[in-house]
Amino acid sequence: MSEAVPLKIYYRIFSALMVLTAITVGIAFVDLGYLNTFVAVSIAVLKATLVLLFFMHVKYSNRLIWVFASAGFIWFIIMVAFTMSDYVGRTWVEAPIPLP
Amino acid sequence: MSTSSESKHPALADHFIDLKQQYDSAQLGMWSFLLTEVMMFGGLFMCYIVARSQFLEAFVDASHHLSIGLGGFNTIVLIVSSLTMAMAVHSASEGHQKKTFKFLLGTLFLGAVFLGVKYIEYSAKIEHNNIPGDNFEWHGVANPANVELFFGLYFVMTGLHAAHMIIGGGLLIWLMVLNHKGRFSKEFSTPVELVGLYWHFVDIVWIFLFPLLYLIGRHSA
Repeated sequence: MSEAVPLKIYYRIFSALMVLTAITVGIAFVDLGYLNTFVAVSIAVLKATLVLLFFMHVKYSNRLIWVFASAGFIWFIIMVAFTMSDYVGRTWVEAPIPLP
Repeated sequence: MSTSSESKHPALADHFIDLKQQYDSAQLGMWSFLLTEVMMFGGLFMCYIVARSQFLEAFVDASHHLSIGLGGFNTIVLIVSSLTMAMAVHSASEGHQKKTFKFLLGTLFLGAVFLGVKYIEYSAKIEHNNIPGDNFEWHGVANPANVELFFGLYFVMTGLHAAHMIIGGGLLIWLMVLNHKGRFSKEFSTPVELVGLYWHFVDIVWIFLFPLLYLIGRHSA
C-alpha cells in the first residue's frame, strides 16, 4: 500500500547496522571511563533511529505516524529525567527536618 | 472512492471508504499498540537504570559473566532477520508470492536461531545457580544480594523479549498461511506490513538490551 522503498536503501541500512554493532562491541573493550556508557547508548539510539526511519518506514509515513513514533521516545526521556532527578539529586538539598 | 456498482476488494471492510483509508487506520492502530509496548519495556529499562545507579559494582561484576560472543551473535542474527522481514514486506507489496514465502521462512528461521542461542545462555545460568531465589549462588567479588537484582532484571527483560520473539514466530506462520492462500497483492499486504513493524520493534528492544546488559559493564568507572 505504501510506496515501495528502493531495495538499495535496505541494504545500506543493513550494512550501517552491522558496522555500528561491530563498533559498539569493539569500543566496549576500550576503557573510556564514563564515556563507555555514553558511547554505547548513543550508538544504540542511532541504530534504533535507523530501524525506525527506514525498516519501519517512518520516513515515508504521514505526519501522524511521526508523532506516534516520537511520543515513545519523549515519554521515556521524561520518565528517566524525573525519576533520576530524585535518585541523583536527593542529597543535593538539605531537608529542613532530618529524615528518620 | 468507489461507488456501489464497482466490485469491492475482498480485503476492504465495510466501514472504510477505500483501501488507502483502511491501511492508514491499521498502521496507526499498530503504532498505538507499539507505544503500549514501549511503556511496558520502558518501565523495565527504568528499573534497570535505577538499580544500576545504586549497585554499579554488582552490575559490572555480573555483566562480566554474560557472553559477549553469544550476545553479539544474537544481535547479528536479529539484524539479519530485520532485513529479511523488510524484504518480505517489500515482496508482499509487489505481489511476489514465492519471494514473500522465502523471506518469511528466512525470518522465522533466524528467530528460531535467536531463541536457540538464548536457550544455551539460560542453561549456563541455571547450571551456575544464577537464578534469583533461595538457591541463588554468586562467587564473584560483589555483594550476592545486589547481583541477584541484576539477574532478576536480566531474566525478566530478556525473557519478555524472548516471549515477543515466540509470538512473532507465530505471527510469521500465520502470514505464511495467508500468503499461501494468495491473500496478498500490490493492492493489499497490510498484515505483512504490521507484523513487520512488530518484528522491527522487537529488534529495537534488543538493540538496547545488548549494550546495557552485556557491554557497558566491561569498563565502567
